[in-house]
Amino acid sequence: MRYISILRVAYRALGQNKLRSFLTMLGIIIGVAAVIAMLAIGHGARDAVQAQIASLGTNVLIVFPGAANQGGVRMEAGTAQRLTEDDATAIRRYCPAVQYVTPVVRTGAQVVAGAQNWRTVVYGAYPEYFIIRDWSLERGQLFTETDLRGATKVCVIGRTVATQLFGDADPVGQTIRIRNIPFKVLGVLAPKGQNAFGQDQDDLIVAPFSTVQKRLMGVTHANTILASARSVSEIREAEAQITQLLRDRHRLTPNEENDFTIRTQVDIANAADATSRTMAMLLASIAGISLIVGGIGVMNIMLVSVTERTREIGIRMAVGAREVDIMAQFLIEAVVLSVSGGLIGIVLGVFVSRTLTRLQGWPVSLPPEAIALAFLFAVAVGVFFGWYPARKAARLNPIEALRYE
Amino acid sequence: MAETPIISIRNLTKVYRLGEVEVPALRGVDLDIYRGEFIAIMGPSGSGKSTLMNLIGCMDVPTSGEYYLDGVDVRRLSKNDLARIRNKKIGFVFQAFNLLARATVLENVELPLIYADGIPGRERRARALRALELVGLADRAHFYPTQLSGGQQQRVAIARAIVNDPVVILADEPTGNLDTRTSVEIMGVFQDLNERGITIVLVTHELDIAQFAMRVVEMRDGQIHRIRPVENRRRAELGVGY
Repeated sequence: MRYISILRVAYRALGQNKLRSFLTMLGIIIGVAAVIAMLAIGHGARDAVQAQIASLGTNVLIVFPGAANQGGVRMEAGTAQRLTEDDATAIRRYCPAVQYVTPVVRTGAQVVAGAQNWRTVVYGAYPEYFIIRDWSLERGQLFTETDLRGATKVCVIGRTVATQLFGDADPVGQTIRIRNIPFKVLGVLAPKGQNAFGQDQDDLIVAPFSTVQKRLMGVTHANTILASARSVSEIREAEAQITQLLRDRHRLTPNEENDFTIRTQVDIANAADATSRTMAMLLASIAGISLIVGGIGVMNIMLVSVTERTREIGIRMAVGAREVDIMAQFLIEAVVLSVSGGLIGIVLGVFVSRTLTRLQGWPVSLPPEAIALAFLFAVAVGVFFGWYPARKAARLNPIEALRYE
Repeated sequence: MAETPIISIRNLTKVYRLGEVEVPALRGVDLDIYRGEFIAIMGPSGSGKSTLMNLIGCMDVPTSGEYYLDGVDVRRLSKNDLARIRNKKIGFVFQAFNLLARATVLENVELPLIYADGIPGRERRARALRALELVGLADRAHFYPTQLSGGQQQRVAIARAIVNDPVVILADEPTGNLDTRTSVEIMGVFQDLNERGITIVLVTHELDIAQFAMRVVEMRDGQIHRIRPVENRRRAELGVGY
């Protein structure tokens, strides 16, 4: 009962000084709006990164060869030619946590179709490649085991390559020349967009492993081995099994380092997530500082208010207000300020994030927890910065307060 | 009198400390006030009458001595308990009226009830209206203090002082800001309330205002100089502007 009347008193006191209350609130409004907008941007960026990482495939592991060593001079990582198709076959056979596996060869090549030509990357892989990378066809069909065995000159092309070579025409059934060797286009892959590092994932051609390895490159090794674990929880196990198997196959003694590295989707996701999380935290803390500045504004105005209303405090004490009553009155006033500012700030923040999406095309996502967090933060700021002025009011001596002019 | 006093003060002292200097404001005061009395405390400024008033009103605690208010030993009370005592047993009337300018007359009178626990809003308003009726201002309940004359404002303050059925009303120079005619009017209100059984302690330095009381306590240099009954007590003729 009593606190309802105190709440009424607080609202009236704030209504008495509309402009002042509004300006004080503005600090909180801007602070909360900034927090919300920044959280939205940070979250949106994280969602985008996560979507990109998901585009890598499901439960993916990538085995890279180590650095080549030419007469003691070590080359960059991935240059060694120690991974082979047999490694992949062995992984398939001896690693139970692995579901699909394919060796991958990769080469840059000039591709010609009719009057058009285009520089792209040609991948050689098993048909499992598309399962691991969770990649479907936009049209046409994939190559098969038979193509693999016969090293036939067929391929599927990415969306970008299709557009560059054929424009709006249907590439399926057409012939393209890769390094002057004619390949029949079996299908066009569905677009995946950019990967986490900004590369266009659709700018590629995938052909049977044997075709690319033997006919196009004339090598015997594989560049990487792509595998997928049976489930997310088995990624670590798959990694361990592959590591052990490859160490055995490459005859490494226990004190020799691995001559390969395994990156899992989890690693990549964690790295990217850490980056975007750092960015989100940075943005949110900058916004949080503006909210704290707003809180200092609240404290400032509450101190002025306490001084101005010293006599009122004296009167209230004389008629029996206890310290807690006075404290509650001013604390509630501060909280009303910051809560009202917080609510307006939320509306403004949501509006700003929406506008950013519309005007800038930034990926913005606003989880409800972020709104709750910003709101709670605003309340906390009100309580924190209202505490000192309220206590100052409550500690006044009633006799002196009544005498105050 | 065989009756026990509602206010009983023994050898009360109060020393203010101003930095290094100790200023004695009260130097051993004995005073008994009985139910239904109307007492005027007089004395020049600096005589300690305001200090005594603050101590009686539980706004401050004595340095030494005893003070029983309605049987309660006030010296032992915490700040919170003092606030509670002020709320339940004491009604203040000040020279400067001390009404809340932002609140209506009714809300001003309700104020003590807000700080008394568990009184529903409906009852608060009813009691405030009854108090306003007693001072003849029920029809001004929804005015703001600034819309009223000085005398009317002081009557609102009196209504606020009696709304909680206090043991005693303490009036500190209640006519100090009023003209003579209005002063008489206000004293009439006090006399009327006193006749209804409310104990009143009045601080004044005007002799003709003190003449409205039953007993006069004269103070000098922090001590009671003498206590005398009022002869030829003045009566405010009620009904004039009332």
